[in-house]
Amino acid sequence: MKNNSLKKITRIALVFCGCALIVSIFVPLWSIYLTAPQYPEGLAMYLWPNKITGEYEIINGLNHYIGMKTIQPEDFWEFKVLPYALAFFALLCFLTALFNRKLWLFITLVLFLIFGVAFMVDFWLWEYDYGHDLDPTAPIVVPGMSYQPPLLGYKQLLNFGAYSYPNVGGGIMFGVALILAILAWVEYRKTSAT
Amino acid sequence: MKSLKFFGLGSVMALLLVSGCKPKGTETAVTGDAAERVYVAPGKYDEYYNFVSGGFNGQVNVYGLPSGRLLKVLPVFSQNPENGYGYSEETKPMLETSHGFIPWDDQHHLSLSQTNGEVDGRWLFANANNTPRVARLDLKTFKTVEILEIPNSAGNHSSPFLTENTEYVVAGTRFAVPTDDQSGDVPIESFKSNFKGVLSFIGIDKQSGEMDLSFQIEAPGINFDLSHAGKKKSGDWFFFSCYNSEKANTLLEVNASQNDKDFIMAVNWKKAAELVKAGKGRKVTTEYAHNKFDESTHTATSTMKKEVIVLSVEDMKDAMFMIPCPKSPHGCDVDPTGEYIVGSGKLAALIPVFSFDKMIKAIADKNFAGEFDGVKVIKYEAALHGEVQKPGLGPLHTEFDGKGNAYTSMFVSSEVVKWNIKDLKVLDRQPTFYSVGHLMIPGGDSAKPFGKYLVAYNKITKDRYLPTGPELAQSAQLYDISGDKMKLLLDFPTFGEPHYAQALPGDMLKDQVKFFRIEDNKHPYATKGEAESKVVREGNKVHVYMTSIRSHFAPDNIEGIRVGDEVYFHVTNLEQDWDIPHGFAIKGAQNAELLIMPGETCTLKWMPKKPGMYPMYCTDFCSALHQEMQGYVRVSPAGSNTPLIYSLNNKKDNAQSPVKAGETK
Ligand SMILES: [Cu+2]
Repeated sequence: MKNNSLKKITRIALVFCGCALIVSIFVPLWSIYLTAPQYPEGLAMYLWPNKITGEYEIINGLNHYIGMKTIQPEDFWEFKVLPYALAFFALLCFLTALFNRKLWLFITLVLFLIFGVAFMVDFWLWEYDYGHDLDPTAPIVVPGMSYQPPLLGYKQLLNFGAYSYPNVGGGIMFGVALILAILAWVEYRKTSAT
Repeated sequence: MKSLKFFGLGSVMALLLVSGCKPKGTETAVTGDAAERVYVAPGKYDEYYNFVSGGFNGQVNVYGLPSGRLLKVLPVFSQNPENGYGYSEETKPMLETSHGFIPWDDQHHLSLSQTNGEVDGRWLFANANNTPRVARLDLKTFKTVEILEIPNSAGNHSSPFLTENTEYVVAGTRFAVPTDDQSGDVPIESFKSNFKGVLSFIGIDKQSGEMDLSFQIEAPGINFDLSHAGKKKSGDWFFFSCYNSEKANTLLEVNASQNDKDFIMAVNWKKAAELVKAGKGRKVTTEYAHNKFDESTHTATSTMKKEVIVLSVEDMKDAMFMIPCPKSPHGCDVDPTGEYIVGSGKLAALIPVFSFDKMIKAIADKNFAGEFDGVKVIKYEAALHGEVQKPGLGPLHTEFDGKGNAYTSMFVSSEVVKWNIKDLKVLDRQPTFYSVGHLMIPGGDSAKPFGKYLVAYNKITKDRYLPTGPELAQSAQLYDISGDKMKLLLDFPTFGEPHYAQALPGDMLKDQVKFFRIEDNKHPYATKGEAESKVVREGNKVHVYMTSIRSHFAPDNIEGIRVGDEVYFHVTNLEQDWDIPHGFAIKGAQNAELLIMPGETCTLKWMPKKPGMYPMYCTDFCSALHQEMQGYVRVSPAGSNTPLIYSLNNKKDNAQSPVKAGETK
């Protein structure tokens, strides 16, 4: 019985993770920055759990030269799901702390990792689609060129430098995944030690 | 005595011969590090915006200092084919007056709005000399947003000078004229009895900046030249320089130069405003235009006003005084403390400096020398702080550095002279090239001059630049005044004829408008998306609701226009991005092109004269596909029944078939 319960510190950390995930619902998850010689001030686009903000309209205007589809917030079914998914994981963290069971911790970790990987894969698929599904009648067609933005980091796309990295929400997601992994590891070692 | 003079002249000649026959040019006047001091490296900004009057071109030029680079030409009183100002349907009302549409003027002086006597970067006021008008420019958009005509006036020269909290902008008439309710159809001989010098006080709304002609003062019929408001302790007062106290009306160069002293007129504007509030003054029937540009409809309106309140000399007997000032005073400048008033007698061999405290004391002590047309004249010595002796020839204008020094431009001797305000000693003099008129120190007429640079605006530039035929550009010269001695750093050409100028630090104008939000566009003919584009016929008027975006117009082809039609192209620039205007031009247009800012709607009226195919295109290289931003208008003979059709984004359709039928109302 005792063996199956969590350390106090673990339970505190779980409550902290839950709170952080609630915060992540209300802040941008990801940032994409574009710079070009004629845009010295740069163009920014922010992905939130439920919307896109920033200068994506201007980016749409520029992307029409290469025949890229326009970015429309209503095209993303994810915006209807993501806030609930994050809320679900927040709830899961709280429940794990409440029920005080190792098994719950391991399940939470695995589910969250699956969610995180799925999020990144989904994001990458969107980027792949935008970068590759180009209008063949576009004014500018560079043979062999695709315009897929980087998942993380920097990539040069014609005259634009594209940066992509997590914003506050993305940072929280990475952080929560890391904390859950450490907690699970610590609790697992505690089990094997006894 | 005579022989001595000859001896003097002879020795000067000998000296000139010895030193190479020619006075020194600027090549030697420029010190070694001048280039470094004015160099603004690529990608770096200038320190100051310098707003320079355009004189006879009716515009305002914006330069960067210290580089002297021209940043922008702002149309104010003149039509500007570059962007359609004064040609487009929206901006035509800006140039309406009681005399009808006036597409030009003579723009002399500028004033930056002030708060507590310091420049605040909100608005820039500009005068029109010829058909008296005052304009307000919004420094968020650098656009002319308001123009007010001034009745009962002619030659709006002592204008637009501001009180220290931008309560009033003043417009003093240069020409004495019969007031508008008295017929001007009188013999010139009756000058002394019929002609008046009217001073206008235009109230400025604290929030919106909107102007309203609050009241006028009917002063004696002399010529008002320049003016400045007091500041701090003298903040309730306005000072005007006057010439032609002789009230001559012919050959003024002789006849108006007879009196040894003309006047500086001091007006207590606060008392005048109270008098008006108390119901003093007569209502004069007149007519003057008030033109406003609405930034949400992108459209100007012109309304004609019919009445103005005028205070008489009698009303103003305790609030208006004359101070004698030697020989046709020109500049009338108040130092940053508000204590000293510098009158520059342009024919005088000295500069008189008056003391505000002494003036107030003289008024209290009734220390008067008499009256001039009912206005009490204070005794010269009673108001005088002192005279700057032998400052140079032809003093015109004075600016201040905020460190107790004054700088006066000397037209005849072509130099700028620095002197100490307290002890009136000349400290330094530097040549200008040539014939300097106005000069300007950033903030130099405010309570807080920045005191780093001085710019001289010269009337003549021969031998300064590559010659350009008989007409040469005027020039501005930049001096470093941070040290004891002025240092010439740079000269650069200016366009039109520069008169007064203003400048402020660049970082004061940081939150400028970068584009107009399309959601906020309230223009009655705005087209807020391509899908809304259409062509509508109402009798012989055809309204084209057109959009432009990189890199196409919608519609891009129109058929069914007839000779005799009035076609209105209402072009909305759909871009929501900084610095992406689109142009619009059509063959045979007799007015101008348009240059439409992002989110703005502009209208070009076009009346085709003969049948044919008329290309239209974007005139601003907006993108890699700018050259493709084009279309056609087919014009059929009058009375023909070509259907009204237009194509709208006919993508991949290389066929010639248009896709939509125009509406007819
Ligand atoms: Cu264009």
